[in-house]
Amino acid sequence: MKANNNTTIRICMGTGGIAAGGAEVLNAFKKELNLAGIKANIEKNCSMHKVGCRGLCAKDVLVDVIINDEKTTYQFIKSDMVPRIVKEHIIEKTPVIDWVVGEDYHNFHKKQFKVVLSDCGSIDPEDITAYIGVKGYEAAKKVLISLKPEEVVEIIKSSGLRGRGGAGFPTGVKWEIAMKQDSKQKYLICNADEGDPGAFMDRSVIEGNPHAVIEGMIIGAYTIGADKGYVYIRAEYPLAVERLKKALSDARENGFLGKGILGTKFNFDIKVKLGAGAFVCGEETALIASIEGQRGMPRAKPPFPVYHGLWGKPTVINNVETLANVPCIIRNGARWFASFGTEKSKGTKVFALTGKIKNSGLIEVPMGIPLREIIYDIGGGTESGKALKAVQTGGPSGGCIPADMLDTPVDFESLAKVGSIVGSGGMVVLDEDNCMVNMAQYFLQFTQMESCGKCVPCRIGTKRLLEILDRITKGKGKKGDIELLEKLSRDIKAASLCGLGQTAPNPVLSTIKYFRHEYEAHLQGKCPAAVCKELLTYYILEEFCNGCGACLRACPAGAITGEKKKPHFIDSEICIKCGACFDACKFKAVAKE
Amino acid sequence: MTNTIREIEGMEVIFIIGSNTKETHPVIANRMLKAVKKGAKIIIADPRKVPLVRFSEIFLRLNPGTDVALINGIAHVILKEGLNNREFVIARTDGFDKWKESIESFTPENASKITGVPKEDIIKAALLYGGSRKAGIFYTMGITQHTHGTDNVNAIANLALLTGNIGKEHTGINPLRGQNNVQGACDAGCLPNVYPGYQRIDMPMVKKKFEEAWHASLPDKEGLKSTEMIESASEGKLKALYIMGENPMLTDPNIEHTRKALGKLDFLVVQDIFLTETAALADVVLPATCFAEKTGTFINTERKVQLVRKAVEPPGDAKEDMWIISELSARMGHDMKYSSAEEVFEELGNLWPALSGISYNRIRNHGIHWPCPTKDHPGTEYLYKAGFPRGRVSFTPVKYIPAAEPADKDYPFVLTTGRNLFQYHSGSMTRRVAQIEAHAGEPYVEINAEDARKLGVKPDEKIKVSSRRGQIEIKARITDSVSEGIVFIPMHYKEAAANVITSDALDPYAKTPEFKVCAVKIEKMV
Amino acid sequence: MVKVTIDSKTIEVAEGTTVLEAARMLNIQIPTLCHHPKLTPFGGCRMCIVEVKGVPRPLTSCTTPVSEGMEVTTSSPEIEELRKTVLELILSDHPNDCMICEKAGDCTLQELAYFYGIKENRFAGERRVYEKRDGNPFIERDMEKCILCGRCVKVCEEVQGVEAIDFTYRGFKSKICPPFEKDLKCEFCGQCVAVCPTGALTGKMWALRGRQKDIKEVDTTCAYCGTGCNITLHVRANEVIRVTSKEDKWNEGWLCVKGRFGYTFINSPDRLKKPLIRIETKDEGRRTKDEKQEGISRPSSLVPHLSSLFREATWDEALDYTAQRLKEIKGKHGPDAIAGLSSARCTTEENYLFQKFVRAGLGTNNIDHCARL
Repeated sequence: MKANNNTTIRICMGTGGIAAGGAEVLNAFKKELNLAGIKANIEKNCSMHKVGCRGLCAKDVLVDVIINDEKTTYQFIKSDMVPRIVKEHIIEKTPVIDWVVGEDYHNFHKKQFKVVLSDCGSIDPEDITAYIGVKGYEAAKKVLISLKPEEVVEIIKSSGLRGRGGAGFPTGVKWEIAMKQDSKQKYLICNADEGDPGAFMDRSVIEGNPHAVIEGMIIGAYTIGADKGYVYIRAEYPLAVERLKKALSDARENGFLGKGILGTKFNFDIKVKLGAGAFVCGEETALIASIEGQRGMPRAKPPFPVYHGLWGKPTVINNVETLANVPCIIRNGARWFASFGTEKSKGTKVFALTGKIKNSGLIEVPMGIPLREIIYDIGGGTESGKALKAVQTGGPSGGCIPADMLDTPVDFESLAKVGSIVGSGGMVVLDEDNCMVNMAQYFLQFTQMESCGKCVPCRIGTKRLLEILDRITKGKGKKGDIELLEKLSRDIKAASLCGLGQTAPNPVLSTIKYFRHEYEAHLQGKCPAAVCKELLTYYILEEFCNGCGACLRACPAGAITGEKKKPHFIDSEICIKCGACFDACKFKAVAKE
Repeated sequence: MTNTIREIEGMEVIFIIGSNTKETHPVIANRMLKAVKKGAKIIIADPRKVPLVRFSEIFLRLNPGTDVALINGIAHVILKEGLNNREFVIARTDGFDKWKESIESFTPENASKITGVPKEDIIKAALLYGGSRKAGIFYTMGITQHTHGTDNVNAIANLALLTGNIGKEHTGINPLRGQNNVQGACDAGCLPNVYPGYQRIDMPMVKKKFEEAWHASLPDKEGLKSTEMIESASEGKLKALYIMGENPMLTDPNIEHTRKALGKLDFLVVQDIFLTETAALADVVLPATCFAEKTGTFINTERKVQLVRKAVEPPGDAKEDMWIISELSARMGHDMKYSSAEEVFEELGNLWPALSGISYNRIRNHGIHWPCPTKDHPGTEYLYKAGFPRGRVSFTPVKYIPAAEPADKDYPFVLTTGRNLFQYHSGSMTRRVAQIEAHAGEPYVEINAEDARKLGVKPDEKIKVSSRRGQIEIKARITDSVSEGIVFIPMHYKEAAANVITSDALDPYAKTPEFKVCAVKIEKMV
Repeated sequence: MVKVTIDSKTIEVAEGTTVLEAARMLNIQIPTLCHHPKLTPFGGCRMCIVEVKGVPRPLTSCTTPVSEGMEVTTSSPEIEELRKTVLELILSDHPNDCMICEKAGDCTLQELAYFYGIKENRFAGERRVYEKRDGNPFIERDMEKCILCGRCVKVCEEVQGVEAIDFTYRGFKSKICPPFEKDLKCEFCGQCVAVCPTGALTGKMWALRGRQKDIKEVDTTCAYCGTGCNITLHVRANEVIRVTSKEDKWNEGWLCVKGRFGYTFINSPDRLKKPLIRIETKDEGRRTKDEKQEGISRPSSLVPHLSSLFREATWDEALDYTAQRLKEIKGKHGPDAIAGLSSARCTTEENYLFQKFVRAGLGTNNIDHCARL
């Protein structure tokens, strides 16, 4: 047990937790316990349910109080609430029931299965002994001391582990090719340049358990014969970078990195390379160019990095989540890992569940789980209670899955079959208030802005796609535009140089595939979800309007006229469709269509 | 060059001494960069931080005029480290032991004292050059324009002999010619001691051969070198001078002296395309043609004979030089009638076997490197493959002799001169290109930032630079490309001509002036 | 060696050869825009895509190394469709002003548009609009015509070692420019101009000087330094209006600022057009009157009072006079009182004749040239 009176307090100190005041809560606990003369073990844990932009993240600061193995979790804790918890719960042993988490917190976890995230949220990421305490670095020890590289490859291959960065290439095969390259110098790179909008899987893993990634890298480097490793991570992840750097220096101090690791002849060290925020640098060849000091622009494959990578040497690039899986596989065996998931997609996958969903947050589920279970059992359904329209997976490179296909299992093959991808793990839930054309336009805006400019289809092609989408959403679409979108999308996919361009049209193609009627409606001048501003008409329902004048006062354009206590009127010629009247009306008398 | 430019690509080590290759021979520098991409290492020895330094492995920033000490120092280390090529020295050279004695005092410490180069760098350079058997040395006027220029060249030759870095592909000694056809002018016999093809005038058999070929009796006495002509004119001995396409008023050292000397001539004929500073002093000016207006050959720095083709008609009454020379010769009673340049070339080929195999037809697409003795000979890329022409070559012991006019109390700066990237020689061509003038049309003196600070000189401030011979007013360009105590002035600008102040001290053998070192002082303008 | 089949023709090539290189050895034409044989492959324009058996998506032949048994198809309806789309996309962002473009007739983009018959553009849309504002005197940069093939960036880095320009910005706004969009600061070798496949980079001095069809090209040798680069003079109406260099020459098409841009002296109004005979009486030092009065020791300014110093003469007059004076001096002081100074800028033949004249005609070995200067 960790403290002399067997009391442990865990306070969320992830990016979300800190933003909600985690540091103040921590200090308050220290102060109160000190006053009361109690010694307790306070962990700055970074648990997965404390990151994310909405949903569970909104319950921060989350605090666990564990007394004699009995855990109580509090939500929405502020520093001024701490004295009461210390007094009633820690001293008097009566939990403060009002502040304890509710049922949805538990439901959120029920169908999840945690491998990569198993220790996130329960150990202090800034303390290497905490990681060692949960069998950390045992896998590396086992590999370095008792396994040959060929044996490691065999284990990873038979575990069925596939790359979690998006493409799903078998990790063991990649390692095997690199292992067989005859080169004095090889490199292992951990790709932590997580760039999909709304995705925070890799960030949470590094913030919550950086040593797992480092251990995975040690095992990988040993297997392929690399003595230098890089973690390429976004500079926009300051907390992850800080924890990673601390973890690296602790690992070095404890002999897990450097020369002669664990008394073997194996040398390996890791450098942190910060990305400057270019989305395309998540593409492995662009990432390599960036490390080399060049502008982050992809290079054509073949030759693949595993043959001709960083500085022209054989280079393996693995995603954060992939590497974090590795120690678990070594510790528990390939068969254990392969027992989760489907025939071709083994293990678990971490997703960032966002959008119009009740419990948005970070989740880890076994591969092959039906999408419906993720949305309803874990996510708790739509936030608004409105009908679900589709689920967008795979970020800007992905596609959408319509509501009537919710039984699709979530794995590499099944998602590909319905025209989407697992991708790095973004999952955006859309309800009937979402316009699918608008959504495609949003993603295209992103990919066009992030195109590196090297190849024509991506640089100019996505621009033209965007222009066509723009005119459709503005009611200026032309006959044949949908077909032109399809044609251009297919050509961009076929002719682009890297994954960015090859997948950029996916949101367009998949929305046309399942929601062609919405595109057609736009061509007729209607936006069914009433999202596209130029296609909207605001008007006042006379029967509900009591002439209070709220809309008139709210209108910045002077488009509303009407005498007091008589129904008002919106001049659609003047109306700028800002929606201020819609929001201002308390009687639902303003309508749009 | 004993190598060709192509061979640079395959060199392991490129040792550049006294050449600002990136600016004076930019396309050769391109080839060097290509070699670097393939793994070659560059050593640069220069008092100035020339642009290629960026790509170099070792930069030896030596004091101007201390080349012999540096090269001997390097040789000393090579010997000490046992990197010398024993087989080569035994098989192909003479005088090794005597030379070895002569360099004993050039320890890295001593060499470092003289040159100002850290001794570690001298050792590093020696290990790199001496450790390779595919190393090329490149130099230009930074080596030859010294009172001990011949010594510098000998020291370089010793270094190559010591390591056997000559006579094979990708390795040799490569002086880079500064002008399009210096090689051709030399080959054609425009030298006071040799006929075309370096055939000596003092050998009766040779003289007889040329007398028969030219149907004339030829003089015995060795002639004057260009710098001696000026001297002789100055002394009143030389009475007439016929200058074809030269501008000694700007290119010779100590302009005031040149002006006076030319003024003493009874008769000066200048044949040129522009009324140059020299032509302005002439009694007769003959309008000639430029390269675009005539047919012939240029022989480049790698001994490659290449065609020059007429593209446009000359302006006004300007005539091809060949026509002018022939007409004048006829009027002097010696008929020289040729129907074409090709016929002249064939005559030259008949008199010099190295060119015998080359014809205009053979070089219509690509040039051929001489020697090319027969019509089916492919030409010779690198020299001395089958040994040296005289069998064995001697090491020449070389002593270090300081420059003729070192900096002193009155003239505390060392001036070194040269070219820049944009202008060419006396500027009679480039200074008439409006675009080049717009970009690089102003004279300047490069001065170290620390010196500028001490003197209170601001960037672009006009300052006075003077020597014992004259003074010029010129804008200061503050830079770290020259060290403290050294200033650099490009030679091209007549309005602030570097040669107003340069020294006319000559190398005793080659009679090359010491453009690279003279003492000057710098003053702010009042 | 690796055996590869391209369009049913088999060839054995060295390992590391690209599909494009192998195809060209077989004389199979694959359209390219960004590719340049002297630069590292880029793979940006996508025109050279081909189908490789067993690979699901088309690959760029310029970047793909051959592998044993590879089967390549360089043209198929699908591939040609893609090429057409790519070309149309490029043209949708390109000024449609071939009629006034310096590059017309010599433009790879124009040629491809011609062969693919592109007139209408399905993808017409926004075009990048830039202001031309680079103040350098040599290189015109019309970035609206830039197709971002990257050749200029690579030639500047790989061949010239200067790195004056690079890609900047992202997406549709991607642009090649000097740091911070300042004026070009470089060696002005014009290598970038030479490799630019469109009219984006041209020489300022050859703007509006003549179309391809009226130009006579003459291969010759550069008259500047001793490197001896092979150059091609572009001549129109007895005037050299441009200098280029061919890739298959030993200098690989590379030149320096002097070689490429330093040719207008040929047509300088300062050129001597008539023989001149001095009229001014000489004095020691041959100073002009002004200088004598001021007593300054500067070298004479250029073309000093031409008419006051010289009069124009006919060739006969000038040559007769010269011969007469030389004969007089030779008669009075002997041949060694005369010397000839030849030129390293003249041809070998002229130099040969000059020394022959000095030796055989004047009777002295006082002959030298400027090798020492």
